[in-house]
Amino acid sequence: MHIYANPKRFLSLASWLTPLLFFSGLVLSIGAMAWGLLVVPPDRLMGETVRILFIHVPSAWLGMGGWTGIAVSSAALLIWKHPLAGLSARAIAVPGLVFTIICLVTGSIWGRPTWGTWWVWDGRLTSMLVLMFLYIGYLALAQATAREGASPKVAAIFGLVGAVNIPIINRSVVWWNSLHQPPSITAGKSAIDAAFLVPLLTAVLGFSLLFGAIVLMRMRALIADQQVEARLRRRALDDEPVPAMPSATAVMG
Amino acid sequence: MRESLPQWDYVIGAYAVGLIALALLIAWSWQSMRRAEKRRAELKRR
Repeated sequence: MHIYANPKRFLSLASWLTPLLFFSGLVLSIGAMAWGLLVVPPDRLMGETVRILFIHVPSAWLGMGGWTGIAVSSAALLIWKHPLAGLSARAIAVPGLVFTIICLVTGSIWGRPTWGTWWVWDGRLTSMLVLMFLYIGYLALAQATAREGASPKVAAIFGLVGAVNIPIINRSVVWWNSLHQPPSITAGKSAIDAAFLVPLLTAVLGFSLLFGAIVLMRMRALIADQQVEARLRRRALDDEPVPAMPSATAVMG
Repeated sequence: MRESLPQWDYVIGAYAVGLIALALLIAWSWQSMRRAEKRRAELKRR
């Protein structure tokens, strides 16, 4: 991991990895959504609305996965002082927030025909809403510390503390009564029929690759912005006129 | 459990929200990366 602490080395890797992740993610995501919309049969209970699964579930996983990425990057910044860790956490925040919003909105749309309501204040929905506010808070804090030239450690600590919400989201449907269904996929087991599971896993993989490509784009933008700022600061220092030194005779007398 | 609502409207609505948000995110990320890298290249040339 420390090999890529050098931005130059990281950028040479990112220049070919970004289009690779982007185009493979795009093909898989479009394919999985077309599969989910056109091929998968309607569900016995949920009918046609089961198709929302293929956009809602990958968004939920990436919303939670994004914050896990922020927490890991924050730990790398605080423990190893990895120079790109703070940038990668900032780069994850915007796509993480967008996927969390997609999850909340598509879940709400799905809730109306299946539960008869757009929203309920239960453990799963509320903890997911808290995740959205955590992302907004993290973005505001990270931007403020970067603008003021303050230590990125403040945002990193926030990123680590906020990770407490991830197991709460994951276990919420087990701990509390909820309209939301219990976990369908657990380690090594799945309660979902293969007709739904295969396109679902394809969608998760496709969206994850797209997420990776977006994070790399954000990191490249943040690195370029930092390099521009550093260069402008250096030039401003070089152009600054040197203050005239008082002559020895004037001082003496 | 299921209401007799036009189910496809909800499906299309959910996909439209997801795809528009994703398209905007990709366009914004791509553009901000291109703009920042172009600015760096211009500054290097000067």
